[in-house]
Amino acid sequence: MMNETASRHRVGYDGAKMGMWIFLFTELLFFGGMFLLYSVFRSKYAPDFHASAAELDVYLGTANTAILLTSSTSMALSIALLRKGKQRLSILCQFITISLGMVFLFNKYIEWATHIGNGIYPHSPALTGMSRGKVIFFSLYYVMTGIHGIHVLIGVCVILGMLLFTAKGRIHQGDFVKLENTGLYWHFVDIIWIYLFPLFYLIT
Amino acid sequence: MDEKAPASAAVVSNKTYIIVWLCLLLLTATTVSVAKLHLTKYAIIPAVAIATAKAGLVVNFFMQLREEPWVLKMMLLVAILALTLIILLTFADTWFRYGLG
Amino acid sequence: MSTTDEQAATPLSFYHAKGKHSGILSWILSTDHKRIGIMYLIAILSFFLIGVTLGVLMRLNLIDPGKFISERTYNSLFTIHGVIQIFLFIIPGIPASLGNFFLPILIGAKDVAFPRINLMSWWFYMTGGTLLILSIFIGGGAPDTGWTFYPPYSIRTTANISLALFGVIILGFSSIFTGLNFITTIHRLRAPGMTFFRMPLFIWALYATAWTQVIATPVLALTLMLIILERFFAIGFFEPLLGGDPLLYEHMFWIYSHPAVYIMILPAMGVVTEIFPVFSKRTIFGYRAIAFSSLAIAFFGYLVWGHHMFTSGMSDLSRIVFSLITFMVAVPTGVKVFSWLSTLYKGSIRLDSPLLFSLSFIFLFSIAGLTGLIIGTLPLNLYLHGTYFIVGHFHYTMFGGAAFGFFAGIHYWFPKMTGRMFSERMAKTAWVIMFIGFNVLYFTMFILGLQGMPRRYFQYLPQFRTNHIISTVGSWILAVGLLIMFWNLVRSAFKGEKAPMNPWGGTTLEWQIPSPPPPENFETLPVIKHGPYKYD
Repeated sequence: MMNETASRHRVGYDGAKMGMWIFLFTELLFFGGMFLLYSVFRSKYAPDFHASAAELDVYLGTANTAILLTSSTSMALSIALLRKGKQRLSILCQFITISLGMVFLFNKYIEWATHIGNGIYPHSPALTGMSRGKVIFFSLYYVMTGIHGIHVLIGVCVILGMLLFTAKGRIHQGDFVKLENTGLYWHFVDIIWIYLFPLFYLIT
Repeated sequence: MDEKAPASAAVVSNKTYIIVWLCLLLLTATTVSVAKLHLTKYAIIPAVAIATAKAGLVVNFFMQLREEPWVLKMMLLVAILALTLIILLTFADTWFRYGLG
Repeated sequence: MSTTDEQAATPLSFYHAKGKHSGILSWILSTDHKRIGIMYLIAILSFFLIGVTLGVLMRLNLIDPGKFISERTYNSLFTIHGVIQIFLFIIPGIPASLGNFFLPILIGAKDVAFPRINLMSWWFYMTGGTLLILSIFIGGGAPDTGWTFYPPYSIRTTANISLALFGVIILGFSSIFTGLNFITTIHRLRAPGMTFFRMPLFIWALYATAWTQVIATPVLALTLMLIILERFFAIGFFEPLLGGDPLLYEHMFWIYSHPAVYIMILPAMGVVTEIFPVFSKRTIFGYRAIAFSSLAIAFFGYLVWGHHMFTSGMSDLSRIVFSLITFMVAVPTGVKVFSWLSTLYKGSIRLDSPLLFSLSFIFLFSIAGLTGLIIGTLPLNLYLHGTYFIVGHFHYTMFGGAAFGFFAGIHYWFPKMTGRMFSERMAKTAWVIMFIGFNVLYFTMFILGLQGMPRRYFQYLPQFRTNHIISTVGSWILAVGLLIMFWNLVRSAFKGEKAPMNPWGGTTLEWQIPSPPPPENFETLPVIKHGPYKYD
């Protein structure tokens, strides 16, 4: 289709970033709807929320927060390094980001496995017998950390793709907007966790 | 698509990133410590405030919003404003219906 | 096939451009915004006709309830009718078809910002539509909850809710990515000299719409996904027995679905704003007022959703707030109506079909708006909610308003898209019949509603029978008009007289390129030196 060439017009570096930012706004509203549900139910079931939060592992949650914050830093560094022409160091930082993301997911798996092992999961006999506020708390917990976890997983896969592009030279000092946009996505996922952490683990 | 960054696009120094990282870890430690104060129903205020400070650091330094044109900053503001108004208007119903007001 | 002379005389149209693929692949794998726009147009109008058929069947039942159609079937009919007309016809409607085709051209660009994402949007649309149609025929049967999918029934019914909702979620992504594409295109790809205030007002309308698509649709995707999760995992957010609140579903559903109606109407307002200057040979009155009113409508549109829930049990404070803001949102619309009428005043009026559709748009949408004020009034809403008054109101807005605006745009831009003219006589005939049929069908509903006839009811008390018969006859008249209109358009697309570059005497950029346009739109990108509606 001749128009494929025609369509490689300059939306430009700024246009590509604008597109990514607008996508992140949609994600903001998507998670925002969940935060809306959280706030409404928290106001309704405050005591139950306080009590249920105590059942979450603060240490694991804090560790995961530190892990994600560090992964954001390594992600930002990977771009800065690439822009200075340091391809190998950039790849190293991308690799660190991916690894930290995997550790985060592994921790999540441990947490979930623990709760499920204790019989606390949506529609479990144990949970259904408990107070309504607790049921809602754990439903919110699973849904919000679950959807967040899926976003982390997607991010890890995309960064892996970017790592391969960097290694092959398709992303380089002169053309790195794909990596930057990936970074924007990853930082967003980090920000969502920055809010999830205190709302689920710290309000006891 | 080939989009080339304008040569003038700012490159943030590695040192800045490390400092931001340390601030983020410090704020995380702070929020965990404050949580231990058990402020019960007021606990949410410092929690959300500190989270917002952390988010602000990530948005401005890691996502480099500081260096972006004002159009983009306005767009983010619009999105945040929309979400805030939606939550507030919903509370206009639930706050009273749940007998909290 | 054609001689060199012919090739030299006729510029290459985008229909005949040669690329990597041939045949049908050159269409369904094309990233050309014009081809994508045409594919959307065909699909959208096809789904519309399916939706019309379902509507005709519903009205058939209502002259003699139960004779041809069972209760369960009737519930599915109005559900699928709503889902198709809303999610497959009027929401993608103008932006996906006419918007895709004309946005780049009107701002002097070669294509949208992200052509491959544009193609992906189309594939999402077709996939979502297919899943929806599939949900009618397999297993548990077509959804019967109404297009609003309210819990608890949507959680309990054995119909194919999850499949249908999954289809709608995918349609939502199509809408989101179109909005994202349009915002970036408008910001980044305007031709040199085209400032925001030199853009055609159709573009302003698409811009305001795009923001609504981007900000509101994700909330719908989340909400419908939660219903699916509820059906599979009983998470309980909307289930009272588990501590949830069904009203929260209504909030989240309408947080999208009210802005959605502005996704439907803003582009239609943009279309008629293009048509009035051309058909009265006068520059638009109140350019900035119209531009800003589009943004105002989009903004206020976020804050009125509660007026769909006045009888659900919301707090008194919220009902008062929502009613107040609902009244305020009528003001920017009024600004537009006054601007349009002022544009026409003392103009050199050419009463052809695009203008006829646009004039009837004003008339029908004004009735819609005025009845909207009635039901926005709290005490009246308590009586009229859930009655045929509402059904009449939203058909006047979505059909009389948005769809008639869509038809106006199709007729206006038909010569540019196809390179041919339609039969003006047949178009006028179709319009007259449609206008009469529409009002007989839907105005009667206001009367039925005031008399107390509830909506979504399979049968009714004998006192409503006469008006139901009148309404059904109206549906037949309207259907005849629609068929004539479609026959005219389809036939003329292949056999119509060749159209010149500028059959209507328009001044915007699309009328300065060939009909149909060449693949890259412009030979050389235009440099803009003035506003879009220069007539004097």
